[in-house]
Amino acid sequence: MLTYITQRVLQAIPVLLGISVLTFLMLHLIPGDPVSVFAGDKPLTPERATELRHQYGLDRPLVVQYWDSTSRALRGDLGVGLRSQRPVLDSILEVLPGTVQLTLAALTLAAILGIGLGIIAAVAHGTWLDTAVMAIAMLGISTPVFYSSLLLILFFSFTLTWFPATGQGGPERLVLPVTALGLSSASVLARLVRSSMLEVLRQEYVTTARAKGLGPPIVLLRHALKNALIPAVTMLGLQLGALLGGAVVTETIFSRPGLGRLAVDAILNRDFPLVQGTVLFAATAYVLVNLVVDVSYATLDPRIRYR
Amino acid sequence: MSVPLVLARRRLGALGRPTGAGQRPRGETLRRLLRSRSAVVGGAVLAVIVLAALTAPLISPFDPIKTNQRLSLEAPSLGHLMGTDRFGRDIFSRVVWGGQISLPIGLVSVGIGLLVGVSVGLLAGYYGGWLDAVSMRMVDLLLAIPGILLALAIIAILGGSLTNLMIAVGISAIPDYVRITRGTVLSLRQREFVLAARVIGCRGPAIMLRHILPNVMAPLIVLATLGMATAIITGSALSFLGLGIKPPTPEWGNMLAEGREFLQHAWWVAFFPGAAIMLTVLSINLLGDGLRDALDPRMRV
Repeated sequence: MLTYITQRVLQAIPVLLGISVLTFLMLHLIPGDPVSVFAGDKPLTPERATELRHQYGLDRPLVVQYWDSTSRALRGDLGVGLRSQRPVLDSILEVLPGTVQLTLAALTLAAILGIGLGIIAAVAHGTWLDTAVMAIAMLGISTPVFYSSLLLILFFSFTLTWFPATGQGGPERLVLPVTALGLSSASVLARLVRSSMLEVLRQEYVTTARAKGLGPPIVLLRHALKNALIPAVTMLGLQLGALLGGAVVTETIFSRPGLGRLAVDAILNRDFPLVQGTVLFAATAYVLVNLVVDVSYATLDPRIRYR
Repeated sequence: MSVPLVLARRRLGALGRPTGAGQRPRGETLRRLLRSRSAVVGGAVLAVIVLAALTAPLISPFDPIKTNQRLSLEAPSLGHLMGTDRFGRDIFSRVVWGGQISLPIGLVSVGIGLLVGVSVGLLAGYYGGWLDAVSMRMVDLLLAIPGILLALAIIAILGGSLTNLMIAVGISAIPDYVRITRGTVLSLRQREFVLAARVIGCRGPAIMLRHILPNVMAPLIVLATLGMATAIITGSALSFLGLGIKPPTPEWGNMLAEGREFLQHAWWVAFFPGAAIMLTVLSINLLGDGLRDALDPRMRV
């Protein structure tokens, strides 16, 4: 077990290093002089360019700049936003709870709905119910989050006036964004759970359990589901990326402050330190979360450790 | 994480032996495809959408860009099938013209992903060694960053325009194609027909292109089809956020963003461009599912 964890952690290190190099290089990959990013609205005279270059350390060798920015990032210093003049990390931490709340709630919804519907479809294999669930899942996969969000607002906020359309705070403001965000992941999951459930139900040990005279619910929940859920757990970890991406759009539509909204605004304002900070933060978080998922998953299923 | 990626991961396990159309007569594949009702419906709807976009200058009743304030925000009617937007432009015409932007985004970015991904996958799988190690680390890195975040970062660097949008969406699709190609190459490299080709003096490129590539075609076709759906969604999402195609150019994502402001009083401004995206993606997904079942039943979800 310990070997597996060590191995998995060691694998994550080069990826994290790569992410730090890529986000660092972003500034230098912009067409033109990187110093122009810091110039703001003032005209960039050669003297001012030299001054800014010195101020932001751009006159030093790239390696030194990278080392400097990375070691500072490790100490929690992601630089200062050009617009707000606030530390980037403060801006991120301020909006982070909103995004975490949104994605976790959507993940929970996706898990419950996706696994539930997947089981129903598998048990009702070949009937109209199976067809209906799979058709809905197909529709769910094909509807972009930004469209389902707008349709939900149109119907539940404007027509029925059940839920407020925008803003943060209170559970009633969370219902629509979470539903919009969770539906597509639920659809992906439902399709996966159905097919892995169908595969497991064909296994001999399931037949054995049935032959022993166990009732269908016990066979289904005790014997089949446990194994059918293994791919679903991996999928949940992977869906986190989709949900993070979806959060970028959802936060914009529902006017919720969050990491996605922060990144988009930073790009629109050409606030590069903030762009780099949010990308670095989100990518690192994603890698770490998937690391945790993988490790906890290996504890659940011993076979993974020996692969 | 995109659906195709996950499908690809599941599929990699099934790549032990050569797959696909190469082994089976073409007519058989086509017959299987036509037997799937959803694939036929998906293909037909997609054909209509593509045809409408291609013939936009002929079939759109109004100019998609010219404004007319007197017609602002009119509800759908016989004169304006999908109503008009804030500037009095006919939404039906704009949706039809929008296909000329949104569909190529899907096509070109999948093309970029395919070209780079398949080349890297073939070379890495065939030659192995440090080339393989380096490219797989790059793939791991790209996979570690959620697709839209990567696209956002690339747009942040290059700025938003049609070309940059295609590049951004294309780059974020590369890892899927590398993995599936490399996986197949690895499983085939030591097979008799490849060794035989080498013995009779075929050089690396010829073996890769003529003997190995045809065996990757089936999963690639499926992946590319489904990838087109993801690309269209990502492209329109970026435009929706104001990071892609800018108004007044009609593009489904930016039309949807414009319509968002009038959602309460003029639902049609956002409804129809969004429906166009959904219908396109749905038809591609249906076709992709049918293709997968027809080309390689073992990949079925």
